[in-house]
Amino acid sequence: MHTDNPIPDYVKRRWYILVFLAPATLIYTVFAIYPIVESLRLSLYVSDEGQSQFVGLANYLRLLGEPYWAEQFWNAFKNNVVLFIMHMLIQNPIALALAALLSIPTLKGAAIYRTVFFLPTLLSVVVIGFIWQLILSPLWGVTPDAMEAIGLGLWFKPWLGLESSALVTVTLISIWQYVGIPLILFYAALLNIPEETIEAARIDGLNGWWIFWKVKLPMILPTLGLVSILTYIGNFTASFDLIYSIQGGLAGPNFSTDVMGTFLFRTFFGFQAQLGDQFMGATVASALFFIILVGVGCYLFGVQRKLQRYDS
Amino acid sequence: MRRVQDHLSSTVIHAVLLAWTLLAVFPLVLILINSFKTRKAIFGDALGLPIGKSLSLKGYESVMANSDFPMFFGNSLTVTCVSLFFILLFGAMAAHAVSEYEFKGNTFISLYLIVGIMVPIRLGTVALLDLIVGLGLTNTLTALILVYTAQGLPIAIFIFTEFLRSVSREIKDSARIDGLSEYRIFFEVVLPLVRPVIATVAVFSMIPIWNDLWFPLILSPGEETRTVTLGVQQFIGQYTVKWGSVLAALSVAIMPVLVMYIIFSRQLIRGITTGAVKG
Repeated sequence: MHTDNPIPDYVKRRWYILVFLAPATLIYTVFAIYPIVESLRLSLYVSDEGQSQFVGLANYLRLLGEPYWAEQFWNAFKNNVVLFIMHMLIQNPIALALAALLSIPTLKGAAIYRTVFFLPTLLSVVVIGFIWQLILSPLWGVTPDAMEAIGLGLWFKPWLGLESSALVTVTLISIWQYVGIPLILFYAALLNIPEETIEAARIDGLNGWWIFWKVKLPMILPTLGLVSILTYIGNFTASFDLIYSIQGGLAGPNFSTDVMGTFLFRTFFGFQAQLGDQFMGATVASALFFIILVGVGCYLFGVQRKLQRYDS
Repeated sequence: MRRVQDHLSSTVIHAVLLAWTLLAVFPLVLILINSFKTRKAIFGDALGLPIGKSLSLKGYESVMANSDFPMFFGNSLTVTCVSLFFILLFGAMAAHAVSEYEFKGNTFISLYLIVGIMVPIRLGTVALLDLIVGLGLTNTLTALILVYTAQGLPIAIFIFTEFLRSVSREIKDSARIDGLSEYRIFFEVVLPLVRPVIATVAVFSMIPIWNDLWFPLILSPGEETRTVTLGVQQFIGQYTVKWGSVLAALSVAIMPVLVMYIIFSRQLIRGITTGAVKG
């Protein structure tokens, strides 16, 4: 840029750049990047009489090969996939529908609605988990009574306690709480569509319904991509908090709600008779790292590129 | 005809939105009203309001007597506010550096600083615990502050950088002509400039910190350093049979957030929507 001028003195010694960058870079490197890299390294070691010994990929082979580990790993992985698919098929469409309704320009009370819709998202997962646990509890009877009132009394079951329905129930609770995030992202994207584009479609004779499908939806596809990857990362890492609060570290009943987060927690800290294992913990965390990397890779190279083409 | 149709569709729209409003609010209201009731009323008449004979503050009394909730609140508040301060200050400084100056490695460092958005810091927990133990920071609020600052920086730097790149250079250049040092330019010109996005960054960083269970559970589970989220989790684990206390503990955890939200919801939602537009 400044090729015509000789570089002035103050440009040569630009210590201030370092000063501006140093605090963030330092804290971030030491407490975010280093632990992740170090965990990846630890996954290549085992404990041998108090000494750590390099074993290459042996821990990964154990994780995927030994029935004891493989069974837990694939169970947790499968549950995470179920969680992800349910969020994609239920949470995100609900969010999109509500955002579409909220973004209607003539709608009265939009501010109140969106305030309320975002409220559960704001509260702690622990609190939300317990609230639903109480409400669904057969002990309290709120849910059985309510179902009785609408003639469905016989259908009530302690859903959180049954192996067949616990995972689905926990997922629905999570959807109830987190619908606010995709909702607000979709809402912002919908508000950002230029008025003229919609007006032009209206002049072409499209009604509100078709304007949404043919004009608005294609324009917010990048947001759909963003929501998908956020859902993916959230499901694989943040789902721990909810499961741990509702079902405990054992992710019961009989591990039917076990996810990668609870599996990692148990492996690292131990449970019941099994001792905690730092190196297997690092291996599970690293496996999770690669799972997330695959998702992010797909997003960046596939989805993102394709969506940007629509965008332009 | 057209008018009738519009009217009808607007009724349907409001019906749908009201239905979700009820679904979103009902569980919270149910917990709040029952936390003020006697045990008999909680089980006998869960939907009734706490008036007359059913009114009871026993739950709250036992929460306040049996636990250190005020201290947990102090801990959560300290951790959240201090982390937020560092995230905002250091984030803005770094974003300023990469968006303002041309230097070798600029692209690399900008990418390096935001890669953490995609890779959750939780994946490094095993080594992070080692590190915290090594530094002698277990069971301290400092450990949580450092980790949350590291966790919040990438998204903060991303949002600040996007914003600063869209700001005109003229104002900074004219400050330079006036002879202001680069530090004074940052504090006196750039910081006031980024004010509009501070709300966005604050919201994005604050909610996950306040609500986190993972790091308090692993890095500072001690009584003295417990956060509200962990405190509620442990308290309820102990008192599962005392419904009044459990409901009161949940309400105690909800209410401050609720009050803050009612006061700030307008700015908050606006903050998120403006930030999200860029994303």
